[in-house]
Amino acid sequence: MSKILIRGARVLGKETQDVLIDGETIASVGSGLDAEGATVIEAEGQVLLPGLVDLHTHLREPGREDSETVLTGTRAAAVGGFTAVHAMANTFPVADTAGVVEQVWRLGKESGYCDVQPVGAVTVGLAGKQLAELGAMHDSAAGVRVFSDDGKCVDDAVIMRRALEYVKAFDGVVAQHAQEPRLTEGAEMNEGVVSAELGLGGWPAVAEESIIARDVLLAAHVGSRVHICHLSTAGSVELVRWAKSKGWNVTAEVTPHHLLLTEDLVRSYNPVYKVNPPLRTKADVMALREALADGTIDCVATDHAPHPHEDKDCEWAAAAMGMVGLETALSVVQETMVETGLVDWSVVADRMSARPARIGRLKGHGRPVEAGEPANLTLVDPAYRGTVDPAGFASRSRNTPYQGRELPGRVTHTFLRGRATVVDGKLA
Amino acid sequence: MMRHLISAADLTRDDAVLILDTAEEMARVADRPIKKLPTLRGRTVVNLFFEDSTRTRISFEAAEKRLSADVINFTAKGSSVSKGESLKDTAQTLEAMGVDAVVIRHGASGAPYRLATSGWIDAAVINAGDGTHQHPTQALLDAFTMRRRLIGRDTGLGQDLTGRRVTVVGDILHSRVARSNVDLLHTLGAEVTLVAPPTLLPIGVGEWPCEVSYDLDRVLPKTDAVMMLRVQRERMNAAFFPTEREYSRRYGLDGERMARMPGDAIVMHPGPMVRGMEITAEVADSDRCTVLEQVTNGVSIRMAVLYLLLGGNESEAAHQAQAGTHSPRSEHSASTASEEK
Ligand SMILES: [Zn+2]
Repeated sequence: MSKILIRGARVLGKETQDVLIDGETIASVGSGLDAEGATVIEAEGQVLLPGLVDLHTHLREPGREDSETVLTGTRAAAVGGFTAVHAMANTFPVADTAGVVEQVWRLGKESGYCDVQPVGAVTVGLAGKQLAELGAMHDSAAGVRVFSDDGKCVDDAVIMRRALEYVKAFDGVVAQHAQEPRLTEGAEMNEGVVSAELGLGGWPAVAEESIIARDVLLAAHVGSRVHICHLSTAGSVELVRWAKSKGWNVTAEVTPHHLLLTEDLVRSYNPVYKVNPPLRTKADVMALREALADGTIDCVATDHAPHPHEDKDCEWAAAAMGMVGLETALSVVQETMVETGLVDWSVVADRMSARPARIGRLKGHGRPVEAGEPANLTLVDPAYRGTVDPAGFASRSRNTPYQGRELPGRVTHTFLRGRATVVDGKLA
Repeated sequence: MMRHLISAADLTRDDAVLILDTAEEMARVADRPIKKLPTLRGRTVVNLFFEDSTRTRISFEAAEKRLSADVINFTAKGSSVSKGESLKDTAQTLEAMGVDAVVIRHGASGAPYRLATSGWIDAAVINAGDGTHQHPTQALLDAFTMRRRLIGRDTGLGQDLTGRRVTVVGDILHSRVARSNVDLLHTLGAEVTLVAPPTLLPIGVGEWPCEVSYDLDRVLPKTDAVMMLRVQRERMNAAFFPTEREYSRRYGLDGERMARMPGDAIVMHPGPMVRGMEITAEVADSDRCTVLEQVTNGVSIRMAVLYLLLGGNESEAAHQAQAGTHSPRSEHSASTASEEK
């Protein structure tokens, strides 16, 4: 493999450096590096980040290849600047055995665009009744460390307790989709003034918060680590902050869309805004941004949830929940976190690469941009301004809430172990 | 007037008064030997019912036929929510048939709004009840009934309901009728009080332009019109209230309670009434109870809405469009097109 010299990029948004990639690793970082024999990328004004890591991606394969496949999903991930994604277990069949997680892992290897780390289901068939073979999934080639019934909440307190205890044997983590099922029966959007006006089933914040409260207590009790998926309310933030203040091993994520969009958009009854958990209020959005900035929320996770057009081109009640997010995540974070002055790019690198990699115990990702580290890198042009056009998405699905919206920033290059997967904003 | 009627909240005060006044004219047609106007001749109106409601459908159908429209009844029972494409597919089929207006009843909140704004169809859309969201023509016929009873048939013309006190009792949470009525009655200047157990009030109700009470007996003496909503017995099983008996005692309307109301106050019900739970037979059969008038008035209101939205025949519509109004009578000033929500 040849050498690549990234010249004049701001490393983590700080000082301007040259970065020389040799083969799969970063050979050196410094100024005025020798370009002899290297392909030179002039990166003046651009920001160089460690390759982004997503803890929460739905790749839909096996089973819903009409929405997304491992190949199309990892291509979308590369375009978005990701070098590793965790593939959620709610596929058909469910990723609840060593066989299925190995299949997904192998498809990721073959794709070559992005490392795919499968998430194993906590319970058989996501049914919440019986623990899946967590140990076998961990021992498989896929080496699963993150377990989640995402899409569904592990609502049985005993099952949740056992899962938390059991994964300690191999340093696993249970990622909880916090949604009290009885409190969210018939729920279609955030419960409040707007749901009352629109006549849509209310999804109360307390349905998320009560599960988080229970689970941080359970995790503390059994001495395990728990990860809370897609926090969406100010109350959830307070609970995680409290749990962390106790020194408990709790981590949490927030999606880009919960950092930007509010429930008011549902007034359009446009199902593109139908998502789980639902869009909340402006106050919730502000609390989530602050919590991500101060580290209470550990990371941004896309919850990339591709759906075919016909599953969204219908009335609200009939529509599928979820939105795609891999290709717009960094732009939304730039708009909501960087351009608001809440964080700088080094914090973005921490929240979108280092911490998610650490939570997932993912080796070779989320590393500092230093000599000797794997060359998993993302180059961003923060000055770019463009209108989102889903027609150009690499994802197989187009269900983005940002169609026609101007978002800042663009990933110009993505490198996976020294190989460019994206060049000048296009798939290599 | 607006192009569609999706929500009572979309109506301005002048829009609403115009509809009520037009409905008075339409009511006169019912007194004629031939109860028919040529207004919508050559126009096709579809009654698109995804949810059973014989009463509402027949009311719209009667209104459409009295205006000489061609009527198509389309019942798509139970097919909507289970498979998402059906609303869109149906809409496009109707579009291909050249339909002028769609009266839609749907179990999903927002379905009529989606139909009107998604680009699936060009026809005017009239919401005949969607989920727990809105039922604007019901609110209009209720307001019409109140204006006739509390102000008078002729003296009411041009009037709104300023200062009238209306109490809505029962399952507010699941009621599109309550939502529509709060919006419209507020627009018309009435003071609305909602009365229900806290379990049957939506969490955002504090922001609505109305009062809220848990105590029916306190509210009744200051009520000009009390609207009793139907309470489904299934709600009891879902723990919205403990027993039917307790509900009736606290929120039901019997003769004794009715006697606490002012002498000329009326009792309303959107129907169908289930006697016993929320209303006793004594009250339902009293001359204060307006249930049958509401049914009659429903036809006049729906005629008025269809007339105003479709603007009569083609040349008349074109003329009115040029004049910037669909008002049937020149002495009514053009109401501004209210913004769609
Ligand atoms: Zn989830």
